[in-house]
Amino acid sequence: MGIPINVKVNGKEYSQEVEPRQLLVDFLRETLRLTGTHVGCDTSGCGACTILVDGNAVKSCTLLAVQVDGAEVTTIEGLSKNGDHPLQEGFKEEHGLQCGYCTPGMIMAAADLLTNNPNPSEQEIRHALEGNICRCTGYHNIVKSIQYAADKMQGKEVSHG
Amino acid sequence: MIPSSFEYHRPASVSEALQLLQQYGEEAKIMSGGHSLLPSLKLRLSEPGHLIDISRISDLSYIREEGGVIAIGACSTHNAIGKSALVQEKIPMISQAALAIGDVQVRNRGTLGGSIAHADPAADWPASILASEAEIVVAGANGTRNIAAGDFFTGIFMTALEENEIITEIRIPIPPANTHSAYLKFPQPASRFALVGCAVMITRSNGSVERARVAFTGVSPSAFRDNAVEEAITGQAVNADSIKAAADKAAEGVDIMSDHYASQDYRKHLAKVYAKRALMAASN
Ligand SMILES: Cc1cc2nc3c(=O)[nH]c(=O)nc-3n(C[C@H](O)[C@H](O)[C@H](O)COP(=O)(O)OP(=O)(O)OC[C@H]3O[C@@H](n4cnc5c(N)ncnc54)[C@H](O)[C@@H]3O)c2cc1C
Ligand code: FES
Ligand code: FES
Repeated sequence: MGIPINVKVNGKEYSQEVEPRQLLVDFLRETLRLTGTHVGCDTSGCGACTILVDGNAVKSCTLLAVQVDGAEVTTIEGLSKNGDHPLQEGFKEEHGLQCGYCTPGMIMAAADLLTNNPNPSEQEIRHALEGNICRCTGYHNIVKSIQYAADKMQGKEVSHG
Repeated sequence: MIPSSFEYHRPASVSEALQLLQQYGEEAKIMSGGHSLLPSLKLRLSEPGHLIDISRISDLSYIREEGGVIAIGACSTHNAIGKSALVQEKIPMISQAALAIGDVQVRNRGTLGGSIAHADPAADWPASILASEAEIVVAGANGTRNIAAGDFFTGIFMTALEENEIITEIRIPIPPANTHSAYLKFPQPASRFALVGCAVMITRSNGSVERARVAFTGVSPSAFRDNAVEEAITGQAVNADSIKAAADKAAEGVDIMSDHYASQDYRKHLAKVYAKRALMAASN
């Protein structure tokens, strides 16, 4: 039995019927066709499915779609209009990705961090990424990418590569 | 992985939630943050016919001071508690325990009430809930009752909660002045649950320990207060020797868990090390 939900995703209002057991990540990927949010583990461990719900980073494989009724959701597709958010630019400039599988989740977790702590130390960045796993990069360039974005968002000069 | 089908209910009040519990009985399951429950529904370890989502009940999410007590609504998230200025000022150990849980995504959803109801033997909360001598307020069909933390955790995934009862509030006494507290854990590297977690609260007067509370999680099937460590440090001046002597008494005579993460001997060793570190941290 479907139940109605109203949810704002990336600025757009949706009124939809969902099956109560539908996972939020499946609602995003399959119903709304927002496939930028990835599923790595499906067991709350890897962070690839990280999105923002009312501004807070959460793992969308561990929420039901019905739980975001009335909430505001932001996925990687909604972070910027043209893919030019300072975090997206940072990951490009600092080579923060290889295969890219973990990247949307990394960026959304970093977005939560920079909202709460605009000028994080390296240690604070690493701590904030505890819930996100990358099998390619060794994390070093991911940390640099986030430092780049933090600098840029504070109007500091950014060094390239 | 997709859970079995269920009907979803979102009651607006505790009394409505209790009615639903009465109505659906064994078929029903309460959901708060869903961060223990949903993983188990996805694995179909649990297949309730009715899910009662209490997370939106507004009078279950608050943190406030009430005459010598910090009252925390059961659905307050780990992150809200960890970041609360009131909690950080009055009982740092509680904030440290909250922020030691999992990762930021988990802390944004998981709740204090859900964690203690679940009573995972490796959960972080039980140690500091015991050390702070909190009270757990529970609502049921016959009204509310308060359960002392010391009576609450009864075994592995077992608590003093009766069927169809809901935790509504956790009440943590604000400790006397000259009290310092700390929670430290050795995280299991993959899950970040506590292999061993130690919560310590020390009240001093004239340089020596007047009152000590020490509790462990992760060590035995149920979190416990370690009276031997408490007694050994009480009355002592606080220094490296007295702390080491007290910490060496940790986890004596308790049923210590052993699994593929850590043997009994290793857990016992970690208990002593973390007792020492937490006592040190609470002595500054
Ligand atoms: C990836 C990951 C890592 C984690 N790491 C840690 C960690 O390091 N340390 C740690 O301590 N925990 C950890 N957790 C568990 C997390 O803290 C959970 O949030 C917590 O154990 C359960 O709280 P919840 O609000 O999500 O409860 P739910 O999942 O909603 O519920 C859990 C159980 O409690 C019952 N329940 C919930 N609320 C109430 C209530 N108010 N009254 C009565 N019964 C209730 C439910 O019916 C259910 O049986 C982790 C979880 C995940 C997914
Ligand atoms: S897919 Fe959600 S945490 Fe891995
Ligand atoms: S870039 Fe491949 S998993 Fe992170």
